[in-house]
Amino acid sequence: MIFSLAVYSAPFSSQASDSAYRFACALLSEGHKLHRVFFYQDGVHNANQLLTPPQDEPHLSKDWQQLALQHDIDLVVCVAAALRRGILNQEEANRYDQSSYNLAPGFEISGLGQLLDAALSSDRLITFGA
Amino acid sequence: MQKRILFISRHSPYGSSIAREALDAVLASAAYDQQISLLFMDDGVFQLLPQQDPSSIGQKSFAAMLSILPLYDVNNIFVHQQSLQSRGIEPGDIILEDAQIIDSCGVNHLLTQQDQLLSF
Repeated sequence: MIFSLAVYSAPFSSQASDSAYRFACALLSEGHKLHRVFFYQDGVHNANQLLTPPQDEPHLSKDWQQLALQHDIDLVVCVAAALRRGILNQEEANRYDQSSYNLAPGFEISGLGQLLDAALSSDRLITFGA
Repeated sequence: MQKRILFISRHSPYGSSIAREALDAVLASAAYDQQISLLFMDDGVFQLLPQQDPSSIGQKSFAAMLSILPLYDVNNIFVHQQSLQSRGIEPGDIILEDAQIIDSCGVNHLLTQQDQLLSF
């Protein structure tokens, strides 16, 4: 079965992002396919390269990157939600004349249509943090 | 093939961005030529109150934003009757006059008809 996930909560502040990551690992280990993880609302903070948790705590942006590399998963961050919350890649930083950028490698910034596209191209879309 | 997709909006219009970003998701999805429906329930029904004026907190009126839904051909709009009732809102007082008021059984039926649910 093809899954996609929608993540709406920030890492650490709520359990939702961590649950999403664990769900992703579980479905992959069951032999399902994970097409896309779409980060929206406060979920965009998952894509912050500057997350610096203590060493004995989960590091979600790194965990997502590693999972995406291993299993060829789209990690998509909503552009409108990301810009409002200060998550930018180099291109957006240049466009808005910002001095730095912080989108973690492995994540891409795209439009909200990618959420619906995930719903259309997956058998199941599971929401975390609504 | 078209899919039936239901957006569920369950949060009040101000105080958090959830309702606003739910509406953004609905409007963005409207361009995809799918069978889009929208359900307001729980505190989401507060979005439907007329005469909202949040200018003093630097926000835009949600009622005005919702009024553009028909322009995006989002016409399948549902409101949970018990959510209105428990918050003292008369069904006749809400904006979106064409919205269908449905009870909990109706919500149950609506959910089972969908291919995908997007919950906000």
